[in-house]
Amino acid sequence: MSEITSLTLTELVKNIKEKKLSSTEITKAFVERSQKSKELNTYITEDFSSAIEKAQKFDDKPNFDLKLPGIPIAVKDLFCTNGVRTTAGSKILNNFIPTYESTVTQNIWQQGAILLGKLNCDEFAMGSSNETSFFGNVQNPIDKNLVPGGSSGGSASALAANLTPVTIGTDTGGSIRQPASFTGTVGLKPTYGSCSRYGIVAFASSLDQAGPMSKNVKDCALLLEVMSSYDKKDSTSIDFNRSKYSLELNNNIKGKKIGIPKEYRVDDMPIEIEELWKKGIEHVKECGAELVDISLPHTNYALPTYYIVAPAEASSNLARYDGVKYGFRSHGENLIDMYEKTRSEGFGDEVKRRIMIGTYVLSSGYYDAYYLKAQKVRRLIKNDFDVVFNQVEAILTPSTPSSAFKIGEKTNDPISMYLNDIFTVPINLAGLPGISIPAGFDKNDYPLGLQIIGKAFDEQNILNIAYSIEEKINFKNKITDWWIK
Amino acid sequence: MTIDLKTIKHISRLSCISLEDEKAQKLAGDLNSIFKFIEKLNELKIEDVEPLTSIAETTLKFRTDEVKSDNIREKILKNSPSDNEDFFVVPKVVE
Repeated sequence: MSEITSLTLTELVKNIKEKKLSSTEITKAFVERSQKSKELNTYITEDFSSAIEKAQKFDDKPNFDLKLPGIPIAVKDLFCTNGVRTTAGSKILNNFIPTYESTVTQNIWQQGAILLGKLNCDEFAMGSSNETSFFGNVQNPIDKNLVPGGSSGGSASALAANLTPVTIGTDTGGSIRQPASFTGTVGLKPTYGSCSRYGIVAFASSLDQAGPMSKNVKDCALLLEVMSSYDKKDSTSIDFNRSKYSLELNNNIKGKKIGIPKEYRVDDMPIEIEELWKKGIEHVKECGAELVDISLPHTNYALPTYYIVAPAEASSNLARYDGVKYGFRSHGENLIDMYEKTRSEGFGDEVKRRIMIGTYVLSSGYYDAYYLKAQKVRRLIKNDFDVVFNQVEAILTPSTPSSAFKIGEKTNDPISMYLNDIFTVPINLAGLPGISIPAGFDKNDYPLGLQIIGKAFDEQNILNIAYSIEEKINFKNKITDWWIK
Repeated sequence: MTIDLKTIKHISRLSCISLEDEKAQKLAGDLNSIFKFIEKLNELKIEDVEPLTSIAETTLKFRTDEVKSDNIREKILKNSPSDNEDFFVVPKVVE
């Protein structure tokens, strides 16, 4: 058998059920590898000894009917974990210990998974490179000098480096799909309302969704099946008939109509991305799908809309960090002074920038010119998709306009950083599901991803299309373990 | 439109984030380039478009207003940055 940590989730589950591997053996293997991989800076908080204890407990009284029996999993540090520090990558939550558990993590523990630790991310999930984290940047296992993407950068890096068999992230504008694309892994953003937002540190509530990240499509389907549930504690959770994604996964996409949107052919897109897209189109054709040229005319307005809506919601959500009931507090002459200093010292530059943008667009005299206008354009963007989904069943695009960039390359230019999310942001604005799968390499051997976008609640369909393309592409990540001494 | 230093100070006050002059200057630059980028939206005619406030567009469900207690008062207070055991303590508000 190949090394334990390089096995997929599905293989690990099978080994446990057939009693070929114990939860303790598996957990110890991931803990040991994680301990040797500190240079990547993927973990903010390790929970290793408790993980091994839980694994031993599982092995003493195993329940093989569970979907994730005794499987150790590290999660993005944006999910509140009862009794385990949760920081959201911020100084302001540096010492915060939640007294409750997020629904999504609760769902995976209930199916037998074991918490390994909390993974690094951009501060409050605001970033596309994991460089805004208070706990330092994360290295991409593909190459020492590369960012892993963001905001779920620690998750993507840990997954690609085999420090966790699967992981969960959150995606507000591309924060699962872009890092998945940058690290040669699979990442899915579910339909808005599919996975509960209860207990997830809020960024932009009308856009945030939790989703699975994995090494292949099958694992992605299984993890989504466990994460997704109707939850009374989230008022925007939607009660719909959820598919048994892993059981219904199949590669028959014959006759399916797949749209190719002309607006995603952007200026100065590297030729490699264009070729990757063409290759993807060939693959779905070979699988018997029918390609349809489509138009999403408001695509170019998605990013400007996002940079009004998301900061506006963030400025409101982050008002709660005042240094009173939890988190970091700075000393002040009076109450207001204490608030102002706490927030000034507790938040990083990118978070402050977004709070200020949000405050401005919501402030008296500017609401109509910015926030209301953005909500109207958001309607137009959603309408584009509604029209197109009368003609096709899914849409195929590149995941990102480039491969992973170098650490420090874009930190001084917010706009060029924001442009990274050009292909992922429209999907959040429209509340649709999207999956990024690894599909090839650029000239430096850096991975590139393809994105499949589906109708609302049609996760099964995009998983099936991804599953068919995955078979054709047969992607193998090129990682040399350079960080292990 | 340009965002001047006076506006930045006003937003900083509204956001309850204190800001040194040097940082305010840099932020004004960043915000101006971001708002220039956002101005692309002015190309669209949207007078008759209904704003999209929530993607789900369903009526929020009601649930019973029940008091539930997990008896975790101590744990909650432990997260407080102030030292007092029984209350959240803040700087004096009333003179």
